[in-house]
Amino acid sequence: MNCSDFLKELTDYLDESLDDRTRAELEEHLQWCHNCFVICNTTKKTIEIYRDSQIYELPDDLRVRLHSAIITKCQQKKA
Amino acid sequence: MGAIQKLDEQPISDELKLVRAAKAGDIGAFEQLVHRYDRNVFRIAQHITQNREDAEDVVQDAFLKAYENLNNFQEQSKFYTWLVRIAVNEALMRLRRRRPERMVSLDEEIKTDEDSMPREVADWSPNPEQLYTQSELRDILTKTIQGLPSSFRTVFVLRDVEGLSTEETAEALDLSIPAVKSRLLRARLQLRERLNKYFRKRKSGDRKK
Repeated sequence: MNCSDFLKELTDYLDESLDDRTRAELEEHLQWCHNCFVICNTTKKTIEIYRDSQIYELPDDLRVRLHSAIITKCQQKKA
Repeated sequence: MGAIQKLDEQPISDELKLVRAAKAGDIGAFEQLVHRYDRNVFRIAQHITQNREDAEDVVQDAFLKAYENLNNFQEQSKFYTWLVRIAVNEALMRLRRRRPERMVSLDEEIKTDEDSMPREVADWSPNPEQLYTQSELRDILTKTIQGLPSSFRTVFVLRDVEGLSTEETAEALDLSIPAVKSRLLRARLQLRERLNKYFRKRKSGDRKK
């Protein structure tokens, strides 16, 4: 496996959806290719940071207001 | 993780029970569905529209549309995936309205392979998020993801932030699985590249950027 093959498989590797053979080839590549090793780790970290981030959280006061508006409209539709 | 809702905490049967009760006219059951998914829909809408007012409208309109069309929900997929599909369409419609000069489509083929190819291969600090305060980090992450093309941003948010599977993301966005995977890879690599300047290891004496 070369660096370009590694990039093609990276998403499936991070999602743990690679078959055993391809995963083994990729991990063998990572043992000697420092650049791909760094890319793999920092891409994984990118995903983790976004997953754990609290950007665009819905504030409680807005949540209450939105709920009330949604349910009022639903009741009007039902009536 | 705080307020981030984990979708797999609720068994599907419980969700289906609420959907069926709502279909039968039980508004309380629908309210529980709103309560379960409103944070997720708001986050998705904010990521796509990048506008707070639009995101509020998307939350209201998506749930209202879902309520009106509940009888068309075939129960073959998760209610949440169906709801996300409605919310994404509402959000894209608002984004197009706000930016009529640029065609916004999830089908757009963007020539950004060069942008996705790693250029800088610097290792990051061990806990890069700890280099910044919470609010600085939020600003960095928001600014960075806003720079992605909407078609990449949407796939990344559904797949990596909201935790939908590749198949659910494909269904929600009406894309093929290879298209989801290709956009996800490019989104991940572009975000990584853009975060380099904030998170890479610093030599002693370097100051924060």
